Amino acid sequence: MLAELSLYLSFPFVRYALIVSVLIALCSSLLGVILVLRRFSHLGDGLSHVAFGAMAAASVAGLKNDMAIVLPVTVATAVFLLKNGKRGMIKGDAAIAMLSTAALAFGYLMMNLFPTSGNISGDVCTTLFGSTSILTLKRSDVVLCSALSFAVLLIYILFYEKIFAITFDEDFAKATGVDTARYNLLIAVVIAVVVVLAMNLVGSLLISALLVFPVLSAMRLFASFRNVSVFAALISVFCAVAGILISILASTPVGSTIVACDFVIFLLCTVFGRNG
Amino acid sequence: MISIEVKDLSLGYEKQVVVKDLNFTVHEGDYLCIVGENGSGKTTLLKTLLSLNEPLQGSIVFSGGLKRNEIGYLPQQSNVQRDFPATVEEIVMSGFAGKNSRRFFHDESQKKTAKENMEKMRVADLSSSSFSHLSGGQQQRVLLARALCATEKVLLLDEPVAGLDQQSSTSMYGLIRDLNREGMTIIMITHDIEDVLQDATHVLQIGHTNRFTDIKTFRSGRKEEDHVG
Repeated sequence: MLAELSLYLSFPFVRYALIVSVLIALCSSLLGVILVLRRFSHLGDGLSHVAFGAMAAASVAGLKNDMAIVLPVTVATAVFLLKNGKRGMIKGDAAIAMLSTAALAFGYLMMNLFPTSGNISGDVCTTLFGSTSILTLKRSDVVLCSALSFAVLLIYILFYEKIFAITFDEDFAKATGVDTARYNLLIAVVIAVVVVLAMNLVGSLLISALLVFPVLSAMRLFASFRNVSVFAALISVFCAVAGILISILASTPVGSTIVACDFVIFLLCTVFGRNG
Repeated sequence: MISIEVKDLSLGYEKQVVVKDLNFTVHEGDYLCIVGENGSGKTTLLKTLLSLNEPLQGSIVFSGGLKRNEIGYLPQQSNVQRDFPATVEEIVMSGFAGKNSRRFFHDESQKKTAKENMEKMRVADLSSSSFSHLSGGQQQRVLLARALCATEKVLLLDEPVAGLDQQSSTSMYGLIRDLNREGMTIIMITHDIEDVLQDATHVLQIGHTNRFTDIKTFRSGRKEEDHVG
């Protein structure tokens, strides 16, 4: 088994896949801390469906570089949803449900009406459940992904204290002079970027798992915000690596294998955790 | 000498006016109690003083060098996340977040101030405990320590003893009294004015008619009512 593994690891595309998934797992778990504690667990899910719709639109329009459409649309949706979380005509969770299903429906509709390849259900399945595209990454993808992940990590560390204050008690933070609107915007943009990145890894249906499971697992074990952040990141990275290695050895789908690992770890943390 | 002057203030949501023509002034060292029925707009007033809500009309003037973000705030208990994974120290330190707008992290002097505030609120020995495992009274004292990190001048408290047992309430009022005696200006919403009649210097009643009086007038007014009643 080890020989088989080292054979696979000698291929650059496997190494690329590992690097990218570790970075994405790291970023998504940190943002997950914010989302779960602010009761926005569904945001990632909703955004990824919107990204799916945008991706379908881009491919129908025949754009080669679909990031140019997908990223701005997703960022705009994130800003809109976070801003309207408390007030506005349609309340937070309903707005997310509405937007995400509508985007999903229109995306699928467009792919069927204007097929770009012979295998529609294959394309759709790939986008929804993650794909082999994680194994077809080019060097430039890896560089882009690394740069974005590094930026996310840097933002989380530099603004750690503000993020904590806003996540724990937004009113207090605002009343005592934290520019909450600016940080909310920053968080929304970062979340959208991570969701779009993560679509490559686990697909748009399973993104919530990357955001939510590591945090919930860490919360079963630790009581401080700092430890929850650190261990959510560690758990997430561990599951991503384990998931990819298992999927290579057992030829299972990458995305669902990673999520299955996250779930198993969560169960273990719940059983053995002191806060469970 | 700092002061907060409220002039012809009207509060509410969109078209519905909740409080009208409110006028009062709070001076340094005052202890103002705000009383009124549920839904009379007490919390809305507090949030407007904190610049969380916009007034419909009128103005709030801060003078004597008091800045808008130099006000500490103890929110209503129901607005605080009880199951949040955080230690007491993390929460108290978050009181500084608004002061570090040009800096990423707190400095050593803030750490020292936080420790002093935790000692003052008698939660220093809990500093690495989990917030969610504390009793209601302890949680309130932690949040008060956080508020003290945000201000040295004015504290706004929204029903600080709601949901606490008699003993915790008494100790909470005692802590607020001590802060006031050290020079902290207190603006507090409360349900039962009886418990703080000895401490308060002014009373603001809001409702159909708003009445702002000093405590002596308030007390003698109540005596007359008792005689008539």
